[in-house]
Amino acid sequence: MKESQSILLFIRLYIIIVFFFVFSPILASFVFSFNSDRFPSLPLGHFTLKWYEMIFDDPDVWDAFAVSIMVSITVGIISTFIGFCTAYTDFRYRFFGKNIYLALALLPPTIPLVIMGLAMLALLSRIGMSGEIHSIIVSHVVLCSPFAMAIVRMRLAQMDPQLEAAAWNLGASQWRAMSTIIFPFTFPAIISAFCLTMAVSFDEFAVAWFVSGLNKTVPVIILEILQGNVDPQINAIGTLVFIISITLVVIAQIIFMTKSTKSAHGFRI
Amino acid sequence: MPMLIWQLLFFVFPLCFLVGLSFWVVRNYRMTPDFDPVNWIKMYNKGYFWDAYFRTFVIASMSTVITSVIAFPCAYGLAFKVSANIRRWAVFLLIIPFFTSYLVRVYSWQVILGTKGVVNGFLGYFGLGPYDMLFNLFGTLVGYLTLCLPLVVVLQLISLASIDKRLIEAARNLGCGTIRTVFSVIIPLAKIGLIIGAVFCFILSFGDFVSPYYLGGSKPPTLSILIIDTTKSGQQWPRAAVVALTMIATLLAVAFTAVSAAYRRPK
Repeated sequence: MKESQSILLFIRLYIIIVFFFVFSPILASFVFSFNSDRFPSLPLGHFTLKWYEMIFDDPDVWDAFAVSIMVSITVGIISTFIGFCTAYTDFRYRFFGKNIYLALALLPPTIPLVIMGLAMLALLSRIGMSGEIHSIIVSHVVLCSPFAMAIVRMRLAQMDPQLEAAAWNLGASQWRAMSTIIFPFTFPAIISAFCLTMAVSFDEFAVAWFVSGLNKTVPVIILEILQGNVDPQINAIGTLVFIISITLVVIAQIIFMTKSTKSAHGFRI
Repeated sequence: MPMLIWQLLFFVFPLCFLVGLSFWVVRNYRMTPDFDPVNWIKMYNKGYFWDAYFRTFVIASMSTVITSVIAFPCAYGLAFKVSANIRRWAVFLLIIPFFTSYLVRVYSWQVILGTKGVVNGFLGYFGLGPYDMLFNLFGTLVGYLTLCLPLVVVLQLISLASIDKRLIEAARNLGCGTIRTVFSVIIPLAKIGLIIGAVFCFILSFGDFVSPYYLGGSKPPTLSILIIDTTKSGQQWPRAAVVALTMIATLLAVAFTAVSAAYRRPK
Protein backbone atom coordinates (compact mmCIF):
# COMPACT_ATOMS: atom_id res chain seq x y z
CA MET A 1 0.00 0.00 0.00
CA LYS A 2 2.78 2.35 0.96
CA GLU A 3 4.49 1.89 -2.37
CA SER A 4 1.40 2.77 -4.39
CA GLN A 5 0.88 5.88 -2.25
CA SER A 6 4.33 7.17 -3.10
CA ILE A 7 3.83 6.36 -6.78
CA LEU A 8 0.58 8.31 -6.71
CA LEU A 9 2.32 11.26 -5.11
CA PHE A 10 5.15 11.08 -7.61
CA ILE A 11 2.77 11.03 -10.57
CA ARG A 12 0.74 13.98 -9.26
CA LEU A 13 3.94 15.94 -8.78
CA TYR A 14 5.07 14.98 -12.26
CA ILE A 15 1.82 16.20 -13.81
CA ILE A 16 2.20 19.50 -11.99
CA ILE A 17 5.76 19.89 -13.28
CA VAL A 18 4.64 19.20 -16.87
CA PHE A 19 1.86 21.78 -16.57
CA PHE A 20 4.29 24.23 -15.04
CA PHE A 21 6.60 23.75 -18.03
CA VAL A 22 3.75 24.21 -20.50
CA PHE A 23 2.42 27.35 -18.84
CA SER A 24 5.61 29.04 -17.65
CA PRO A 25 6.27 30.87 -20.95
CA ILE A 26 2.69 32.13 -21.07
CA LEU A 27 2.86 33.23 -17.44
CA ALA A 28 6.28 34.80 -17.88
CA SER A 29 5.23 36.90 -20.82
CA PHE A 30 2.22 38.12 -18.84
CA VAL A 31 4.34 39.05 -15.82
CA PHE A 32 7.12 40.67 -17.83
CA SER A 33 4.67 42.80 -19.78
CA PHE A 34 4.18 44.82 -16.57
CA ASN A 35 7.86 44.81 -15.62
CA SER A 36 10.02 47.89 -16.04
CA ASP A 37 13.34 46.22 -16.94
CA ARG A 38 14.32 46.06 -20.56
CA PHE A 39 16.16 42.79 -19.94
CA PRO A 40 13.86 41.04 -17.48
CA SER A 41 15.51 39.05 -14.75
CA LEU A 42 15.09 38.17 -11.10
CA PRO A 43 14.41 40.08 -8.95
CA LEU A 44 11.73 41.90 -10.95
CA GLY A 45 11.80 45.64 -11.50
CA HIS A 46 8.83 47.78 -10.61
CA PHE A 47 5.33 47.73 -12.07
CA THR A 48 4.83 49.69 -15.28
CA LEU A 49 2.43 50.14 -18.15
CA LYS A 50 4.97 51.73 -20.45
CA TRP A 51 5.17 48.77 -22.86
CA TYR A 52 1.42 48.95 -23.31
CA GLU A 53 1.64 52.71 -23.86
CA MET A 54 4.35 52.12 -26.44
CA ILE A 55 2.26 49.71 -28.48
CA PHE A 56 -0.86 51.83 -28.18
CA ASP A 57 1.11 54.76 -29.62
CA ASP A 58 2.37 52.69 -32.51
CA PRO A 59 0.18 53.05 -35.64
CA ASP A 60 1.73 49.90 -37.15
CA VAL A 61 0.38 47.84 -34.29
CA TRP A 62 -3.09 49.37 -34.70
CA ASP A 63 -3.01 48.60 -38.42
CA ALA A 64 -1.91 45.06 -37.70
CA PHE A 65 -4.73 44.54 -35.22
CA ALA A 66 -7.22 45.86 -37.77
CA VAL A 67 -5.89 43.51 -40.47
CA SER A 68 -5.81 40.56 -38.06
CA ILE A 69 -9.34 41.07 -36.85
CA MET A 70 -10.69 41.47 -40.35
CA VAL A 71 -8.82 38.41 -41.59
CA SER A 72 -9.81 36.21 -38.66
CA ILE A 73 -13.52 37.10 -38.82
CA THR A 74 -13.67 36.44 -42.57
CA VAL A 75 -11.67 33.23 -42.20
CA GLY A 76 -13.94 32.16 -39.34
CA ILE A 77 -17.08 32.63 -41.43
CA ILE A 78 -15.80 31.00 -44.63
CA SER A 79 -14.05 28.06 -43.01
CA THR A 80 -16.96 27.32 -40.67
CA PHE A 81 -19.28 27.27 -43.67
CA ILE A 82 -16.96 24.99 -45.64
CA GLY A 83 -16.33 22.82 -42.60
CA PHE A 84 -20.07 22.46 -41.99
CA CYS A 85 -20.74 21.44 -45.59
CA THR A 86 -17.95 18.87 -45.52
CA ALA A 87 -19.03 17.42 -42.21
CA TYR A 88 -22.62 17.17 -43.43
CA THR A 89 -21.55 15.52 -46.68
CA ASP A 90 -19.51 13.00 -44.71
CA PHE A 91 -22.44 12.40 -42.32
CA ARG A 92 -25.15 12.02 -44.95
CA TYR A 93 -23.71 10.55 -48.11
CA ARG A 94 -21.66 7.58 -49.19
CA PHE A 95 -19.96 7.95 -52.49
CA PHE A 96 -17.06 6.71 -54.55
CA GLY A 97 -13.72 8.13 -53.44
CA LYS A 98 -15.05 9.30 -50.09
CA ASN A 99 -11.81 8.36 -48.34
CA ILE A 100 -9.80 10.51 -50.71
CA TYR A 101 -12.29 13.32 -50.15
CA LEU A 102 -11.86 13.05 -46.38
CA ALA A 103 -8.09 12.81 -46.61
CA LEU A 104 -8.11 15.96 -48.71
CA ALA A 105 -10.36 17.66 -46.18
CA LEU A 106 -8.23 16.79 -43.15
CA LEU A 107 -4.70 16.78 -44.55
CA PRO A 108 -3.69 20.47 -44.54
CA PRO A 109 -2.66 20.70 -40.85
CA THR A 110 -0.05 17.99 -41.42
CA ILE A 111 1.86 19.92 -44.07
CA PRO A 112 4.53 22.12 -42.45
CA LEU A 113 3.48 25.75 -42.44
CA VAL A 114 6.68 26.91 -44.11
CA ILE A 115 5.93 24.69 -47.08
CA MET A 116 2.31 25.83 -47.24
CA GLY A 117 3.59 29.40 -47.10
CA LEU A 118 6.03 28.85 -49.92
CA ALA A 119 3.48 27.04 -52.08
CA MET A 120 0.82 29.69 -51.54
CA LEU A 121 3.26 32.50 -52.19
CA ALA A 122 4.54 30.89 -55.38
CA LEU A 123 1.04 30.25 -56.71
CA LEU A 124 -0.59 33.49 -55.61
CA SER A 125 2.20 35.67 -56.91
CA ARG A 126 1.99 33.83 -60.22
CA ILE A 127 -1.69 34.63 -60.59
CA GLY A 128 -1.18 38.15 -59.22
CA MET A 129 -2.95 37.70 -55.90
CA SER A 130 -0.09 37.89 -53.43
CA GLY A 131 0.56 40.65 -50.92
CA GLU A 132 -3.12 41.41 -50.39
CA ILE A 133 -5.40 40.84 -47.45
CA HIS A 134 -7.40 38.27 -49.38
CA SER A 135 -4.28 36.20 -50.02
CA ILE A 136 -3.95 35.74 -46.25
CA ILE A 137 -7.66 34.89 -46.03
CA VAL A 138 -7.48 32.28 -48.79
CA SER A 139 -4.49 30.52 -47.21
CA HIS A 140 -5.94 30.62 -43.72
CA VAL A 141 -9.22 29.09 -44.84
CA VAL A 142 -7.24 26.12 -46.19
CA LEU A 143 -5.60 25.69 -42.78
CA CYS A 144 -8.68 26.33 -40.65
CA SER A 145 -11.56 24.55 -42.37
CA PRO A 146 -10.32 21.08 -41.29
CA PHE A 147 -10.73 22.14 -37.66
CA ALA A 148 -14.24 23.42 -38.32
CA MET A 149 -15.05 20.21 -40.14
CA ALA A 150 -13.79 18.08 -37.23
CA ILE A 151 -15.81 19.98 -34.64
CA VAL A 152 -19.09 19.90 -36.58
CA ARG A 153 -18.51 16.24 -37.46
CA MET A 154 -18.08 15.32 -33.78
CA ARG A 155 -21.39 16.97 -33.03
CA LEU A 156 -23.17 15.23 -35.90
CA ALA A 157 -21.84 11.91 -34.63
CA GLN A 158 -24.00 12.42 -31.52
CA MET A 159 -27.12 12.72 -33.65
CA ASP A 160 -29.37 9.90 -34.73
CA PRO A 161 -29.13 9.92 -38.54
CA GLN A 162 -32.73 8.76 -38.76
CA LEU A 163 -34.05 12.02 -37.32
CA GLU A 164 -33.51 13.74 -40.62
CA ALA A 165 -35.00 10.86 -42.57
CA ALA A 166 -38.02 11.01 -40.27
CA ALA A 167 -38.44 14.69 -41.06
CA TRP A 168 -38.36 13.90 -44.78
CA ASN A 169 -40.99 11.19 -44.34
CA LEU A 170 -43.20 13.64 -42.55
CA GLY A 171 -43.06 15.83 -45.64
CA ALA A 172 -40.27 18.25 -44.83
CA SER A 173 -38.21 19.36 -47.81
CA GLN A 174 -34.43 18.92 -47.83
CA TRP A 175 -34.00 22.57 -46.85
CA ARG A 176 -36.69 22.47 -44.19
CA ALA A 177 -35.13 19.40 -42.58
CA MET A 178 -31.76 21.07 -42.74
CA SER A 179 -32.94 24.28 -41.11
CA THR A 180 -35.16 22.75 -38.42
CA ILE A 181 -33.23 19.58 -37.53
CA ILE A 182 -29.59 19.69 -38.55
CA PHE A 183 -28.91 23.36 -38.07
CA PRO A 184 -30.29 23.77 -34.53
CA PHE A 185 -28.62 20.55 -33.47
CA THR A 186 -25.19 21.57 -34.75
CA PHE A 187 -25.54 25.24 -33.78
CA PRO A 188 -23.28 25.06 -30.69
CA ALA A 189 -20.65 23.27 -32.75
CA ILE A 190 -20.93 25.93 -35.43
CA ILE A 191 -20.31 28.70 -32.91
CA SER A 192 -17.36 26.81 -31.40
CA ALA A 193 -15.95 26.14 -34.84
CA PHE A 194 -16.28 29.83 -35.67
CA CYS A 195 -14.46 30.89 -32.49
CA LEU A 196 -11.71 28.27 -32.82
CA THR A 197 -10.99 28.95 -36.48
CA MET A 198 -10.86 32.65 -35.65
CA ALA A 199 -8.36 31.94 -32.89
CA VAL A 200 -6.21 29.77 -35.17
CA SER A 201 -6.20 32.39 -37.88
CA PHE A 202 -5.46 35.14 -35.36
CA ASP A 203 -2.31 33.33 -34.17
CA GLU A 204 -1.00 31.96 -37.45
CA PHE A 205 2.23 33.60 -38.51
CA ALA A 206 4.25 31.46 -40.94
CA VAL A 207 1.90 31.44 -43.93
CA ALA A 208 0.79 35.00 -43.21
CA TRP A 209 4.43 36.09 -43.17
CA PHE A 210 5.00 34.60 -46.62
CA VAL A 211 1.92 35.93 -48.37
CA SER A 212 0.99 39.10 -46.50
CA GLY A 213 3.28 41.63 -48.20
CA LEU A 214 2.56 45.00 -46.65
CA ASN A 215 -0.66 44.00 -44.92
CA LYS A 216 0.92 42.65 -41.79
CA THR A 217 -1.07 40.76 -39.21
CA VAL A 218 -0.26 40.92 -35.49
CA PRO A 219 1.82 37.70 -35.40
CA VAL A 220 3.83 38.94 -38.40
CA ILE A 221 4.60 42.14 -36.48
CA ILE A 222 5.70 40.03 -33.50
CA LEU A 223 7.93 37.98 -35.79
CA GLU A 224 9.52 41.14 -37.11
CA ILE A 225 10.13 42.60 -33.67
CA LEU A 226 11.57 39.22 -32.66
CA GLN A 227 14.10 39.46 -35.46
CA GLY A 228 15.41 42.66 -33.92
CA ASN A 229 16.43 42.86 -30.30
CA VAL A 230 15.06 41.81 -26.97
CA ASP A 231 12.00 44.00 -26.68
CA PRO A 232 9.37 43.75 -23.92
CA GLN A 233 6.77 45.19 -26.32
CA ILE A 234 6.36 41.61 -27.49
CA ASN A 235 5.15 40.66 -24.02
CA ALA A 236 2.56 43.42 -24.12
CA ILE A 237 1.32 42.50 -27.61
CA GLY A 238 1.51 38.83 -26.69
CA THR A 239 -0.62 39.36 -23.61
CA LEU A 240 -3.27 41.20 -25.64
CA VAL A 241 -3.26 38.49 -28.31
CA PHE A 242 -3.45 35.86 -25.60
CA ILE A 243 -6.47 37.51 -24.02
CA ILE A 244 -8.25 37.70 -27.39
CA SER A 245 -7.55 34.08 -28.37
CA ILE A 246 -8.26 32.73 -24.93
CA THR A 247 -11.61 34.50 -24.83
CA LEU A 248 -12.50 32.89 -28.16
CA VAL A 249 -11.35 29.45 -27.03
CA VAL A 250 -13.16 29.64 -23.70
CA ILE A 251 -16.40 30.77 -25.35
CA ALA A 252 -16.07 27.93 -27.84
CA GLN A 253 -15.41 25.35 -25.14
CA ILE A 254 -18.21 26.46 -22.86
CA ILE A 255 -20.77 26.50 -25.67
CA PHE A 256 -19.61 23.18 -27.06
CA MET A 257 -19.46 21.39 -23.72
CA THR A 258 -22.61 22.61 -21.98
CA LYS A 259 -24.95 22.78 -24.96
CA SER A 260 -23.83 19.51 -26.46
CA THR A 261 -24.38 17.45 -23.32
CA LYS A 262 -27.72 19.09 -22.55
CA SER A 263 -29.44 18.91 -25.91
CA ALA A 264 -27.97 15.51 -26.68
CA HIS A 265 -29.97 14.20 -23.73
CA GLY A 266 -32.99 16.16 -24.85
CA PHE A 267 -32.91 14.47 -28.22
CA ARG A 268 -32.35 11.00 -26.87
CA ILE A 269 -35.34 11.04 -24.55
CA MET B 1 -18.89 20.18 -52.31
CA PRO B 2 -17.39 23.64 -51.65
CA MET B 3 -14.64 22.02 -49.57
CA LEU B 4 -13.57 19.93 -52.50
CA ILE B 5 -13.29 22.90 -54.83
CA TRP B 6 -11.54 25.09 -52.29
CA GLN B 7 -9.06 22.43 -51.24
CA LEU B 8 -8.32 21.50 -54.83
CA LEU B 9 -7.80 25.13 -55.80
CA PHE B 10 -5.84 26.33 -52.81
CA PHE B 11 -4.29 23.21 -51.30
CA VAL B 12 -3.65 20.54 -53.91
CA PHE B 13 -3.01 22.96 -56.71
CA PRO B 14 -0.37 25.02 -54.85
CA LEU B 15 1.47 21.83 -53.88
CA CYS B 16 1.36 20.59 -57.48
CA PHE B 17 2.49 24.01 -58.57
CA LEU B 18 5.44 23.60 -56.22
CA VAL B 19 6.41 20.44 -58.09
CA GLY B 20 6.27 22.35 -61.37
CA LEU B 21 8.15 25.26 -59.87
CA SER B 22 11.04 23.03 -58.85
CA PHE B 23 11.76 22.47 -62.54
CA TRP B 24 11.83 26.15 -63.46
CA VAL B 25 15.05 27.95 -64.15
CA VAL B 26 16.31 31.23 -62.75
CA ARG B 27 18.03 33.33 -65.41
CA ASN B 28 19.20 36.87 -64.79
CA TYR B 29 17.37 36.86 -61.46
CA ARG B 30 14.07 36.05 -63.15
CA MET B 31 12.17 32.80 -62.98
CA THR B 32 11.17 31.29 -66.27
CA PRO B 33 8.89 28.30 -66.70
CA ASP B 34 10.89 25.36 -67.96
CA PHE B 35 11.34 21.66 -67.47
CA ASP B 36 14.89 21.38 -66.31
CA PRO B 37 16.07 19.15 -63.46
CA VAL B 38 18.96 21.54 -62.82
CA ASN B 39 17.62 22.65 -59.40
CA TRP B 40 17.29 19.08 -58.20
CA ILE B 41 20.78 18.20 -59.38
CA LYS B 42 22.32 21.33 -57.89
CA MET B 43 20.60 21.05 -54.52
CA TYR B 44 21.30 17.34 -54.18
CA ASN B 45 24.97 17.89 -54.91
CA LYS B 46 25.36 20.50 -52.19
CA GLY B 47 26.99 19.30 -49.00
CA TYR B 48 25.15 21.84 -46.86
CA PHE B 49 21.79 20.57 -48.06
CA TRP B 50 22.49 17.03 -46.86
CA ASP B 51 24.01 18.37 -43.63
CA ALA B 52 20.84 20.32 -42.97
CA TYR B 53 18.72 17.33 -43.95
CA PHE B 54 20.36 14.92 -41.53
CA ARG B 55 20.53 17.50 -38.78
CA THR B 56 16.82 18.27 -39.12
CA PHE B 57 15.99 14.59 -39.18
CA VAL B 58 18.09 13.80 -36.10
CA ILE B 59 16.80 16.77 -34.08
CA ALA B 60 13.20 16.00 -35.00
CA SER B 61 13.69 12.36 -33.99
CA MET B 62 15.25 13.41 -30.70
CA SER B 63 12.37 15.76 -30.07
CA THR B 64 9.90 12.97 -30.85
CA VAL B 65 11.50 10.52 -28.44
CA ILE B 66 12.00 13.06 -25.65
CA THR B 67 8.49 14.50 -25.96
CA SER B 68 6.85 11.06 -26.02
CA VAL B 69 8.84 9.89 -23.00
CA ILE B 70 8.11 13.04 -21.01
CA ALA B 71 4.45 13.05 -22.01
CA PHE B 72 3.73 9.41 -21.18
CA PRO B 73 3.83 9.49 -17.35
CA CYS B 74 1.73 12.64 -17.43
CA ALA B 75 -0.88 11.10 -19.74
CA TYR B 76 -0.77 7.89 -17.71
CA GLY B 77 -1.37 9.76 -14.48
CA LEU B 78 -4.19 11.80 -15.98
CA ALA B 79 -5.81 8.68 -17.43
CA PHE B 80 -5.71 6.43 -14.37
CA LYS B 81 -4.74 8.31 -11.25
CA VAL B 82 -6.97 11.38 -11.08
CA SER B 83 -10.71 11.98 -10.90
CA ALA B 84 -12.75 12.53 -14.05
CA ASN B 85 -13.27 16.14 -13.09
CA ILE B 86 -9.55 16.89 -12.85
CA ARG B 87 -9.02 15.06 -16.12
CA ARG B 88 -11.55 17.28 -17.88
CA TRP B 89 -9.88 20.39 -16.53
CA ALA B 90 -6.46 19.09 -17.50
CA VAL B 91 -7.55 18.50 -21.11
CA PHE B 92 -9.10 21.95 -21.20
CA LEU B 93 -5.85 23.48 -19.93
CA LEU B 94 -3.78 21.46 -22.39
CA ILE B 95 -5.82 22.72 -25.33
CA ILE B 96 -5.19 26.36 -24.38
CA PRO B 97 -1.51 26.58 -25.44
CA PHE B 98 -2.50 25.34 -28.87
CA PHE B 99 -4.39 28.58 -29.41
CA THR B 100 -1.85 30.95 -27.92
CA SER B 101 0.88 32.54 -29.91
CA TYR B 102 3.76 30.13 -30.31
CA LEU B 103 5.98 33.11 -31.16
CA VAL B 104 5.30 34.80 -27.85
CA ARG B 105 6.02 31.59 -25.97
CA VAL B 106 9.32 31.19 -27.81
CA TYR B 107 10.19 34.79 -27.00
CA SER B 108 9.38 34.07 -23.37
CA TRP B 109 11.82 31.18 -23.36
CA GLN B 110 14.46 33.51 -24.76
CA VAL B 111 13.94 35.71 -21.74
CA ILE B 112 13.67 32.86 -19.23
CA LEU B 113 16.65 30.87 -20.46
CA GLY B 114 19.02 33.72 -21.33
CA THR B 115 22.39 34.13 -19.64
CA LYS B 116 20.87 36.82 -17.43
CA GLY B 117 17.46 35.20 -17.46
CA VAL B 118 15.22 33.88 -14.76
CA VAL B 119 16.59 30.34 -14.59
CA ASN B 120 20.21 31.42 -14.44
CA GLY B 121 19.30 34.12 -11.94
CA PHE B 122 17.64 31.50 -9.77
CA LEU B 123 20.57 29.08 -10.07
CA GLY B 124 22.88 31.97 -9.27
CA TYR B 125 21.46 32.10 -5.73
CA PHE B 126 22.92 28.65 -5.22
CA GLY B 127 26.22 29.61 -6.77
CA LEU B 128 25.53 27.62 -9.95
CA GLY B 129 25.87 28.62 -13.57
CA PRO B 130 25.38 30.69 -15.58
CA TYR B 131 24.66 27.97 -18.10
CA ASP B 132 24.29 28.49 -21.84
CA MET B 133 20.78 27.33 -22.52
CA LEU B 134 20.07 29.34 -25.65
CA PHE B 135 21.27 29.18 -29.22
CA ASN B 136 22.20 25.53 -28.96
CA LEU B 137 20.55 22.14 -29.20
CA PHE B 138 19.04 22.49 -25.73
CA GLY B 139 17.24 25.68 -26.70
CA THR B 140 15.87 24.11 -29.86
CA LEU B 141 14.58 21.11 -27.96
CA VAL B 142 12.90 23.29 -25.32
CA GLY B 143 11.14 25.06 -28.18
CA TYR B 144 10.00 21.82 -29.79
CA LEU B 145 8.82 20.58 -26.42
CA THR B 146 6.77 23.76 -26.00
CA LEU B 147 5.24 23.18 -29.41
CA CYS B 148 4.51 19.45 -29.14
CA LEU B 149 4.10 18.47 -25.50
CA PRO B 150 0.46 19.55 -24.94
CA LEU B 151 -0.72 17.91 -28.15
CA VAL B 152 1.16 14.67 -27.48
CA VAL B 153 -0.17 14.44 -23.91
CA VAL B 154 -3.74 14.90 -25.20
CA LEU B 155 -3.33 12.28 -27.95
CA GLN B 156 -1.76 9.78 -25.53
CA LEU B 157 -4.45 10.50 -22.97
CA ILE B 158 -7.22 9.78 -25.49
CA SER B 159 -5.79 6.37 -26.31
CA LEU B 160 -5.02 5.52 -22.67
CA ALA B 161 -8.49 6.52 -21.53
CA SER B 162 -10.09 4.15 -24.04
CA ILE B 163 -8.29 1.10 -22.64
CA ASP B 164 -10.57 -1.47 -21.08
CA LYS B 165 -9.91 -1.08 -17.34
CA ARG B 166 -10.75 -4.76 -16.74
CA LEU B 167 -7.63 -5.82 -18.63
CA ILE B 168 -5.49 -3.81 -16.23
CA GLU B 169 -7.28 -5.27 -13.22
CA ALA B 170 -6.80 -8.75 -14.66
CA ALA B 171 -3.07 -8.14 -14.92
CA ARG B 172 -3.04 -6.90 -11.34
CA ASN B 173 -4.97 -9.92 -10.10
CA LEU B 174 -2.53 -12.21 -11.84
CA GLY B 175 0.22 -10.64 -9.75
CA CYS B 176 1.64 -8.15 -12.19
CA GLY B 177 3.45 -5.16 -10.64
CA THR B 178 2.74 -1.55 -11.63
CA ILE B 179 5.74 -1.18 -13.88
CA ARG B 180 5.25 -4.55 -15.56
CA THR B 181 1.56 -3.70 -16.11
CA VAL B 182 2.54 -0.47 -17.82
CA PHE B 183 5.04 -2.09 -20.14
CA SER B 184 3.33 -5.33 -21.05
CA VAL B 185 -0.36 -4.37 -20.89
CA ILE B 186 -0.91 -0.63 -21.17
CA ILE B 187 1.70 0.35 -23.73
CA PRO B 188 0.79 -2.41 -26.22
CA LEU B 189 -2.90 -1.54 -25.87
CA ALA B 190 -2.33 2.16 -26.38
CA LYS B 191 0.19 1.63 -29.15
CA ILE B 192 -1.80 3.34 -31.90
CA GLY B 193 -2.35 6.52 -29.92
CA LEU B 194 1.26 6.64 -28.78
CA ILE B 195 2.53 6.27 -32.33
CA ILE B 196 0.12 8.85 -33.72
CA GLY B 197 1.25 11.28 -31.04
CA ALA B 198 4.86 10.64 -31.95
CA VAL B 199 4.13 11.12 -35.67
CA PHE B 200 2.49 14.49 -35.03
CA CYS B 201 5.44 15.48 -32.88
CA PHE B 202 7.83 14.52 -35.66
CA ILE B 203 5.87 16.42 -38.30
CA LEU B 204 5.69 19.55 -36.15
CA SER B 205 9.37 19.47 -35.17
CA PHE B 206 10.55 18.65 -38.67
CA GLY B 207 8.73 21.61 -40.21
CA ASP B 208 9.08 24.22 -37.50
CA PHE B 209 11.45 27.11 -38.11
CA VAL B 210 10.82 29.28 -35.06
CA SER B 211 12.55 27.17 -32.41
CA PRO B 212 15.72 26.40 -34.35
CA TYR B 213 15.88 30.03 -35.43
CA TYR B 214 15.19 31.95 -32.24
CA LEU B 215 16.18 29.38 -29.61
CA GLY B 216 18.67 27.31 -31.58
CA GLY B 217 20.57 30.22 -33.04
CA SER B 218 19.74 29.44 -36.72
CA LYS B 219 23.26 28.22 -37.42
CA PRO B 220 23.74 25.64 -38.73
CA PRO B 221 20.35 25.89 -40.48
CA THR B 222 17.61 23.29 -40.51
CA LEU B 223 15.65 22.57 -43.67
CA SER B 224 12.85 25.01 -42.91
CA ILE B 225 15.34 27.79 -42.21
CA LEU B 226 16.98 26.87 -45.52
CA ILE B 227 13.63 27.34 -47.27
CA ILE B 228 13.13 30.76 -45.70
CA ASP B 229 16.66 31.92 -46.46
CA THR B 230 16.38 30.76 -50.04
CA THR B 231 12.97 32.35 -50.56
CA LYS B 232 13.35 35.61 -48.72
CA SER B 233 16.77 36.47 -50.07
CA GLY B 234 16.13 36.65 -53.76
CA GLN B 235 14.55 34.66 -56.51
CA GLN B 236 15.77 31.14 -55.79
CA TRP B 237 12.24 29.86 -55.26
CA PRO B 238 12.74 26.75 -57.42
CA ARG B 239 15.49 25.57 -55.08
CA ALA B 240 13.32 26.25 -52.05
CA ALA B 241 10.68 24.15 -53.79
CA VAL B 242 13.17 21.29 -54.09
CA VAL B 243 13.82 21.47 -50.34
CA ALA B 244 10.09 21.66 -49.59
CA LEU B 245 9.27 18.64 -51.75
CA THR B 246 12.07 16.62 -50.18
CA MET B 247 10.61 17.47 -46.78
CA ILE B 248 7.10 16.41 -47.81
CA ALA B 249 8.43 13.13 -49.23
CA THR B 250 10.29 12.45 -45.98
CA LEU B 251 7.28 13.24 -43.82
CA LEU B 252 5.02 11.03 -45.92
CA ALA B 253 7.51 8.17 -45.70
CA VAL B 254 7.87 8.54 -41.92
CA ALA B 255 4.13 8.87 -41.34
CA PHE B 256 3.36 5.89 -43.57
CA THR B 257 5.95 3.65 -41.93
CA ALA B 258 4.85 4.62 -38.44
CA VAL B 259 1.13 4.24 -39.09
CA SER B 260 1.51 0.88 -40.78
CA ALA B 261 3.63 -0.24 -37.81
CA ALA B 262 0.89 1.00 -35.48
CA TYR B 263 -1.84 -1.02 -37.16
CA ARG B 264 0.20 -4.18 -37.68
CA ARG B 265 -1.35 -7.03 -35.72
CA PRO B 266 0.80 -8.36 -32.91
CA LYS B 267 1.97 -11.91 -33.47
